[in-house]
Amino acid sequence: MTTFRLNGRNVTVGGPDDAPLLWAIRDDAGLTGTKFGCGIGQCGACTVHVNGEAVRSCLTPVSSVAGKAVTTIEGLGGEHVLQKAWIETQAPQCGYCQSGQIMQAAALLKTKPKPTDADIDAAMAGNLCRCMAYVRIKKAIKLAAGVKA
Amino acid sequence: MSVSFDNGPVADFTPSRRGFLITVTAAGAMFSATVPAQAADSFAPTIWFDIDRAGTITIHIIRAEMGQHVGTAIARIVADELEADWSKVKFDHVDSDPKWGLMATGGSWSIWQSYPLYSQAAAAGRIALIEAGARLLGVPVAACSARNSAVVAGKASVSYGDIIARGDLSRRFTEAELAKLPIKTPAQRKLIGKPAPARDIPDKTNGKGVYGLDAKVPGMVYARPKLPPTRYGSRVVSIDESGAKAVPGYIRAIALEDPSGTVPGWVMVYADSFVAADRATEALKVVWTSPDAIKVSEADLQARARMLVADKTKGGLVVEDPGVDAAFKVATATLEQTYTTATALHFQLEPVNALAFEKDGKFEVHTGNQWQSLVLPWLAQALGRKEDTIVLRTYLLGGGFGRRLNGDYAVGAALASKAIGGKPVKMVMTRADDSRFDSPRSASVQTVKMAFGEAGRVTAMEHVACAGWPTEAMAPFFMPKGANGVAYDPFAISGANHWYNVGAHRVRAVGNDLANQTFRPGWLRSVGPGWTNWALESFMDEAAAKAGVDPLTFRLKLLDAGGKNAGSAPNAVGGAKRQAAVLNRLAAKAGWGKPLPKNTGLGLATSFGQERDMPTWTACAARVNVNPATGAVKVEKLTLVADAGTIVSPDGALAQMEGAALWGLSLALFEGTAFENGQVKDTNLDSYMPLRMGDVPDLDIEFIASGEAPVGLGEPATTVVGPAIGNAIFRAVGARVRDLPIRAEAVKAAMKT
Repeated sequence: MTTFRLNGRNVTVGGPDDAPLLWAIRDDAGLTGTKFGCGIGQCGACTVHVNGEAVRSCLTPVSSVAGKAVTTIEGLGGEHVLQKAWIETQAPQCGYCQSGQIMQAAALLKTKPKPTDADIDAAMAGNLCRCMAYVRIKKAIKLAAGVKA
Repeated sequence: MSVSFDNGPVADFTPSRRGFLITVTAAGAMFSATVPAQAADSFAPTIWFDIDRAGTITIHIIRAEMGQHVGTAIARIVADELEADWSKVKFDHVDSDPKWGLMATGGSWSIWQSYPLYSQAAAAGRIALIEAGARLLGVPVAACSARNSAVVAGKASVSYGDIIARGDLSRRFTEAELAKLPIKTPAQRKLIGKPAPARDIPDKTNGKGVYGLDAKVPGMVYARPKLPPTRYGSRVVSIDESGAKAVPGYIRAIALEDPSGTVPGWVMVYADSFVAADRATEALKVVWTSPDAIKVSEADLQARARMLVADKTKGGLVVEDPGVDAAFKVATATLEQTYTTATALHFQLEPVNALAFEKDGKFEVHTGNQWQSLVLPWLAQALGRKEDTIVLRTYLLGGGFGRRLNGDYAVGAALASKAIGGKPVKMVMTRADDSRFDSPRSASVQTVKMAFGEAGRVTAMEHVACAGWPTEAMAPFFMPKGANGVAYDPFAISGANHWYNVGAHRVRAVGNDLANQTFRPGWLRSVGPGWTNWALESFMDEAAAKAGVDPLTFRLKLLDAGGKNAGSAPNAVGGAKRQAAVLNRLAAKAGWGKPLPKNTGLGLATSFGQERDMPTWTACAARVNVNPATGAVKVEKLTLVADAGTIVSPDGALAQMEGAALWGLSLALFEGTAFENGQVKDTNLDSYMPLRMGDVPDLDIEFIASGEAPVGLGEPATTVVGPAIGNAIFRAVGARVRDLPIRAEAVKAAMKT
């Protein structure tokens, strides 16, 4: 049993302590916006925030977030500046990676509100977009950050 | 032509796109003849849309949404022709039902096939509404027009909703009338070609989009397949559950019985959560016997392909002009080269999965799928049920790229449910499972040769391509016969039957039998042209060099639109002239002929897209820089020009071009795997390395303005990037590479020769 804060509410999930946070979020808490892609922390589709930092939930043991604040795409609220920018630039294609992309970008903008191209490339290098919608993802991040496209 | 796509084998079938079109149109028309004589709750002039009393128009989309925003695009086609208020238009993605006819999403066909069908359906609706509206307004039909979801006569008007509520919509259309209905000219269009936000996008930014992986029903259990060592022919000898039983939540393991032969040797591992199913699968021990395919390597596949290419008696003759051999005999010069491509994975980000259960006498399969009409007969055979007792429910696809044309995973999930009495089972593959049992793009070997006559004139050409054939493996009823009577996979050779005027032309397509025995070859984004155009367009540069002519000039001379390359209505008006125009525009745009820094080169390639019947005239210029010390290639810029006829959704079209071009780059430099011991050796992102954001070059993409028939855009850009890069490398450092993917070592080695 592990208790943590999920998008501002306490949740308690069963299952083994070393079960990935990803499946606790998806199957126990029922929030399916966070996706399963590679299972080895290399695609970024499962990215969530733990105490404000972007982590790969597929590799994060659920017990390690006990008492911590976990934020998923659902917790971003829908009106986040990045979400608006994603729509403005029509960034998603299939959309499967986009929850992870947005969560990764949100963590980036917290630490670097005005990222350079190199900052963006470095921060987003772990997030695969198989549709290869990278041009627009980058454009959306810059739009949200108010830096020149 | 008597063709049914709903129930498997078809008779008298030629695989032209028009064949699909006629059939689908007929299916639509069949349901269009009945129009309610009385005012009703809703008006459905065809099966493709209905309008309710509130004026809400709901358009039914048979195509899968996998990133192309296809619902928005098709709905805009209907709304434009229907003169609808866009804010009152909705659409849904329908579940499988025979009434929809062929349900497939691939081949870059969706807009091309849907455009006439949905336009005519909407034109019928508009005519019926105008006639009924005129009666309500008490004015002659000729005084009325439709605009913004209302019928208008002078200052009087009546909304579509009111017409449905009060009117008499008794107008009927015969099949023939429906097919002949005039649709708008380009100048009359109001929505087509204008920007509009895609309706599927907001839910893809907030976690609300529901993909196959997100499907759930109460009481479902989870399952992961324990996959056999080979795709075919492995038999379960024994199952040892002792390790699995130690996993909390483990339920049981069952070796599936599959009369359809789709998932032979699969053992399904059931548990009360995915985590438990995953872990129990790892802990479960299964012993199989396996056929010789377990020994097959990439080198074996290539060696077999080389042997088959060299054997002139093998394969189907796709193009066989008279005089090919004679022209080579008297040629003043000839050129022959061989090109290869390595096995490549789909790696759609959502691993394949499906939820299946029996309910109220029907078997339901909830999953993302690109070809419902193909998998339904497999499901019927596997489950021992009639197709009309099976329903495929539609979800968003976390990437398609052709992987989900093969619905084998749906069969595994359905059998998993059947094996426990029809209870709901959610089967999820891990990424490594998905890659191991992907339907990968087969390795290919191709030999291309050309004969030259006096003054360097091209007099003949031969192109032989050998690869594993997806259509033979999964949809053999789509295989036409060549000039020599031998059936071939049209999707695995498309591209070789090009629009260049090369004199006597021969194209031979050969299936790699060893590939088809070893794995289930797949249709991967751009399919055949993904490898045929690598060979063809690399060869055109080599042939130009042989002839001592600039590669652009060489191509333009052959794109003379003479003879069979003149083109024809409705899809290929202008023929090769349009390909030449695209090339010319590209050359100007990319600065062809301008000086470049040392070790930097600009390379060209062109394509007509997926098929001669649906040409999307496309060209690419790649600017690359090669590190002469290492052979490492950096692509600095890709310039692309396409003439795809009418562009329905300009921004969606651009997005498809962007993604397809970067797919081409990724396949050319970053991807590729190899078979080892009957399996692909790369199964996850620790060794399979698709392109990432930092690898993206500058992209400059342009569409030629056109009012011609809309054609497909999902794939053509994929096919031009690889050869453009190969040609650019040659122009940068004089190294000719003929194997895809292009590795730095190969470039360096080629620089020395």
